Amino acid sequence: MAAETMHEGTEVPHGAEHGKAFPPLDPANFTPLLFWFAVTFAALYFMMSRFALPRIRDVIEERADRIKRDLDAAERLKGETEKALAAYEKALADARANASGIARQTREKLASETDAERAKVEGALTAKLADAEKAIGATKAKALASVSEIAADTAAAVVKQLSGKDVSLDEVKRALAPAAGE
Amino acid sequence: MPDPIHQFNIEKLIPLDYQGYDISFTNSSLFMVGALLLITFGLMFAMRSRALVPGRLQSVAEGAYEFVAGMVRDSMGEQGMKFFPLVFSLFTFILVLNMLGMVPGWFTVTSHLSVTAALAAIVFVTVIVVGFAKNGLHFLHLFVPSGVPWYVLPLVVAIEVISFFSRPLSHSVRLFANMLAGHITLKVFAGFIIMLLGAAGAMKGLAILPLTAATALTALEFLVAFLQAYVFTMLTCMYLNDALHPGH
Repeated sequence: MAAETMHEGTEVPHGAEHGKAFPPLDPANFTPLLFWFAVTFAALYFMMSRFALPRIRDVIEERADRIKRDLDAAERLKGETEKALAAYEKALADARANASGIARQTREKLASETDAERAKVEGALTAKLADAEKAIGATKAKALASVSEIAADTAAAVVKQLSGKDVSLDEVKRALAPAAGE
Repeated sequence: MPDPIHQFNIEKLIPLDYQGYDISFTNSSLFMVGALLLITFGLMFAMRSRALVPGRLQSVAEGAYEFVAGMVRDSMGEQGMKFFPLVFSLFTFILVLNMLGMVPGWFTVTSHLSVTAALAAIVFVTVIVVGFAKNGLHFLHLFVPSGVPWYVLPLVVAIEVISFFSRPLSHSVRLFANMLAGHITLKVFAGFIIMLLGAAGAMKGLAILPLTAATALTALEFLVAFLQAYVFTMLTCMYLNDALHPGH
C-alpha cells in the first residue's frame, strides 16, 4: 500500500495526464464536448424549428379552429331555433285570436237567431191567446143567451109543482119577459 | 470503495482529429446524439397521425409544447414566441440528457461544466444580440432602473452590470453542480452498501441504511433532473424577456 502510494507519488506528472484531473472541469475534454454539443444542439434546433414544432402547432391550431367553427355553428343554429320558436309562438297567438273571433261571431249569430225565433214564437202565442179569448167571449155570450130559456123552464117547473097547474112555456116567457128585459 | 468520480470520465469511442483539434466521438457525444434522435423522432412519431383527438403519445408531445409555450407566453408575451424553438430545444435537450443520466451506468452529459456553460452562453449571447438589434442603445436602460435617486444611481448601475454579467455563470453552474453533486452522492451511498455487505457479521445488516438513503436520493434526483431543466428554461425566458423589454 505504502509502496503503491510512493509509486503514484513519483509519477504525479504522468498521472495528471492520465485523467487524474477532475473530468467535468478538465480542459482536455472541452473541445470534443463543445464540438459535439454544437453539432447536436444545432441539429436539434433545426429539427425542432423546421419540422417538429410547426407540426405540433398546426395540429393544435387546427383543433382550436375546429372547436371555434363548431361553437359558431352551434350558436348560429341556436339563433335559428329561437327564431323558429318565436315564429311558432306568433302563429299560435294568431290562431288563438282567430279562434276566439270566430267563436264570438258564432255566439252572436246564434244569439240573434234565437232571439228572432223567440220573437216569432211569442207572436204566434199572442195570436193564439187572442183567438182563445175571442172563443171564450163567444161561448160566454151564448151561455148568457141560454139563461132566460133555462129560467123559463125552471119557472114553469116551479109553477107546476106549486100550483099543480100546467102553464105553457110561452106564458112563463111572457111573464118573465119584463124581468129579463131589465 | 468505487471511485465516485469515475462516472464522469470521458471515454473516446471514436478518436477524431481536425487540424490538431480533438473532436473525438466520446460517450458524451453518444448521449447527445441519442438525446437528439430521441427528441426528434419521438416527437415526429408521436405526431405521425396528426389526430384531432390526440392519443397518448400525441398528448405527451402536445403537453410538452403547451408547457414550454406557456412559460414563454407568461414571461415574454406573444412576441416572445419567436424564441420558442430555442427555448423548447433547450428544455427538451436538458431534460432528456438529465433523465438519460438517471439510468444506472449511463453518462450524464449535463454534469460537465463545458456543456452547461455552452448552453448558458447561447442564452447570454442571444440576449445581447437581440437586445441591441431590437432596441439599439435603449437596451442599456436595462442597467439603469427608473425612479432611482441620482446619488445612488452609480451604485445601482454597478450592481446591475455585475448581476447581468454573472448571469451566465450562475445559469451554467446551477445546472452543472446539481447534476454533479447528485450523482456523486448517489455513488457514495451505493459505495457504502458494498462496503457494509463486505464487512463481517452483523455489520452486513447495517447496509439497509445506505440502501434506504440511496433509494430516497434516486427519487429526489429524478425530481432534481426535471426541476433543473425547468429552472434553466424559466431563467432563459426571464433573460430573453430583458432583450425584448429592457426598460424594467
